[in-house]
Amino acid sequence: MSYVAYADRDHEQEHHDPDTFITKYIYSQDHKVIAIQYGITAIFVGLIALGLSAMMRLQLGFPDDFAFINPENYYQFITMHGMIMVIYLLTALFLGGFGNYLIPLMCGSRDMVFPFMNMLSYWVYLLSVIILIISFFVPGGSTGAGWTLYPPQAISEGTPGIDLGILLMLASLAIFIVAFTMGGLNYVTTVLQARCKGMTLMRMPLSVWGIFIATILGLLAFPALLVSAIMMLFDKTLMTSFFMPAVSSMGTDPGYSGGSPILFQHLFWFFGHPEVYIVALPAFGIVSDLLSTHARKNIFGYRMMVWAIIAIGGLSFIVWAHHMYVSGMNPYFGFFFATTTLIIAVPTAIKVYNWVLTLWEGNIHLRVPMLFSIGFIFTFIHGGLTGLFLGNVTIDLPLSDTYFVVAHFHMVMGVSPVLVVFGAIYHWWPKITGRMYNETLGKWHFWMTFLGTYAIYLPMHYLGFAGVPRRYFAMGNTDFLPASAQDLNAAITVSALFVAATQILFFINMIWSLKSGPKSDPNPWDATTLEWQTPDHPPKHGNWGHELPEVHRWAYDYSVPGYEDDFIPQNVGTDKAPAGRDHGGEH
Amino acid sequence: MEIGLITLAIILATLLGWLLKQSFNTQPWVAEQVSDTAHHGPFGGGSNTKLIALTAFLAVVTSFFALIMSAYSLRMELGDWVPMTEPQLLWTNTLMLVVASGVFQWTRNAAVKGQEGRLKPGLLITGVLTLGFVLGQFVAWQQLQNSGQFITNNPSNAFFYFLTGAHAVHILGGLYVWGRATLKVVLGTGEASAIRRSIELCTIYWHFLLLVWLILFGLLLST
Repeated sequence: MSYVAYADRDHEQEHHDPDTFITKYIYSQDHKVIAIQYGITAIFVGLIALGLSAMMRLQLGFPDDFAFINPENYYQFITMHGMIMVIYLLTALFLGGFGNYLIPLMCGSRDMVFPFMNMLSYWVYLLSVIILIISFFVPGGSTGAGWTLYPPQAISEGTPGIDLGILLMLASLAIFIVAFTMGGLNYVTTVLQARCKGMTLMRMPLSVWGIFIATILGLLAFPALLVSAIMMLFDKTLMTSFFMPAVSSMGTDPGYSGGSPILFQHLFWFFGHPEVYIVALPAFGIVSDLLSTHARKNIFGYRMMVWAIIAIGGLSFIVWAHHMYVSGMNPYFGFFFATTTLIIAVPTAIKVYNWVLTLWEGNIHLRVPMLFSIGFIFTFIHGGLTGLFLGNVTIDLPLSDTYFVVAHFHMVMGVSPVLVVFGAIYHWWPKITGRMYNETLGKWHFWMTFLGTYAIYLPMHYLGFAGVPRRYFAMGNTDFLPASAQDLNAAITVSALFVAATQILFFINMIWSLKSGPKSDPNPWDATTLEWQTPDHPPKHGNWGHELPEVHRWAYDYSVPGYEDDFIPQNVGTDKAPAGRDHGGEH
Repeated sequence: MEIGLITLAIILATLLGWLLKQSFNTQPWVAEQVSDTAHHGPFGGGSNTKLIALTAFLAVVTSFFALIMSAYSLRMELGDWVPMTEPQLLWTNTLMLVVASGVFQWTRNAAVKGQEGRLKPGLLITGVLTLGFVLGQFVAWQQLQNSGQFITNNPSNAFFYFLTGAHAVHILGGLYVWGRATLKVVLGTGEASAIRRSIELCTIYWHFLLLVWLILFGLLLST
């Protein structure tokens, strides 16, 4: 399984290039194929989760009009929507998908260092997805405990899916973590060990930095989810009382005593908050590269961008209890967690300023990936600012159970990363497939998605301020709300269905491109990073033909004064370009 | 959560120190011809790849056990905790694991020096002792069950079963890799360098799991 240089491989039977359909596309050990497998699977489950959100919105916008949505399956929709979107879509897509595709290509390596384990990672991930999907169809249905799976209600009578649903969910999570660990060890080791000659850490593109640090966060944080999942499995199946207090459930005593639901919350959020950055950091990295490439300017403050990623990653481990203000805690702890939460705003704001400063006086090409990247800056600032509100204990307490929080986290870790996902797919699509997509259709896709998501989530802030509670199937005793709140809810639903429907444009575009899109140039964006410099287009197994590339410069040599092209690829030597440039953003 | 946080702080501080060393005083925007020192990353090429991966994996396992111990200490503070009396057999098991780790080190040293005759007995003794440890833990479970100490009696019991079980699962994973290396030695197949590498990495893993066990055992005894 060890990494064998391509040139040395000929004498090793086990490293023969794949030649049958099965070894090439199904049981493939090629990181590019595995990336596509991860991507397709993640997007497939993501579509299921999108469908679930549409059902929730139907109920909220037009209560009682849809007989097939009852309170039980409404909660199942919430739970599965959240869990799928956060873990099975975004984590898998950013790390398993983009991580797999980009790390070896951007670092100038042949493949991941452990290709077999990489393949295994995908198949174990697929198993976790299959188990998750099976849970929809078992008696009692999938779990309806909310995506945070808080005990005691997650395993108490009255919650949907407490028989098989919750068991399959916990098992699926545990299997996902195994898959992620196999992939994650690969990504980290590949970044550390398999970079090509000249690719120092501080010459890596920010996409790789974001994915690298996010993987480290994942490796250290997912064990917390694993521990809590195992302990809850024990509580459910063996009747231990790790988390379960003495409860009377539907008039009977299930036999628990003394457990601490708060303990679960600590463990869950010890994973849960870094998880936000497991999703966000790859997005930060990718968007930096997209902005720089399409603005034809070096990223502003590269070193600061790297250190901001690292700082955010470190800080993300000491803010978890800001998710637990409403659970109650010592006021000094509340003060501590509020402070650390607000401190995270500093490196994050540095990144936002640097993105904007990268655009400043840039030669901005408003191509589809660029539109999505700029859109991301908007949605991320909006979601981030409401995060500053919610980081404070006194503001969080009244807002925590309202739509304000729904609006906040959807802006910051729903819409924002998804915009980057789209931008990244449009950006790397020519490299992956060798074909171009329809630019006009892509722009329609962007504008409808971007404006549509604002139409969904901006009004939710007002609903939250007005006190509309989240998680409710129907409003019930909420006379304090004006009747217009329901009108707004209906409008949000219409917008949500509209945005969901417009995603078809993306799929039409991609399918059209695959079938009859024009062949793309090997480097259509005139980008500097290594993946655009491969000898074959799209890159073949082994990526680099006979010779590995050598890197002589960072990834951001755009519009270098005195050079006729407005970009210099990383593998172009100093003898072919003017030396002694001094145009960095940090002087 | 103090235990989890302190462990994490140590892991992150190590990483941070290393990253600082990599990035301090570099000027990434300055292009220069490749020098040979820049080759293949900071750890000196492909030979260390498995060691790096193992180290990263050990960090994951450390995080896993530190978090269980955090949960242990948080749960212990609640009123219903009744300290458990650990079976005496655990001392014998511990001794077996200590000796197994020692013999593995001896085998590793022999492998490094090229004394191939010692590999087979060394590996077999290690395997027998380690299997003995796992079986011993299982017997300890049986003893507890026979004396009416079930997993549901008290959270301290539940944690005992959870901690020892989780540790044993990690040992079994190690035994799988040990089995592959031993099979190659016994059958005389496989390259000597690959076997030596495998033994070296297994030894690190064994020492690590011994350390984890000693910490867990200490925690169980003291509470």
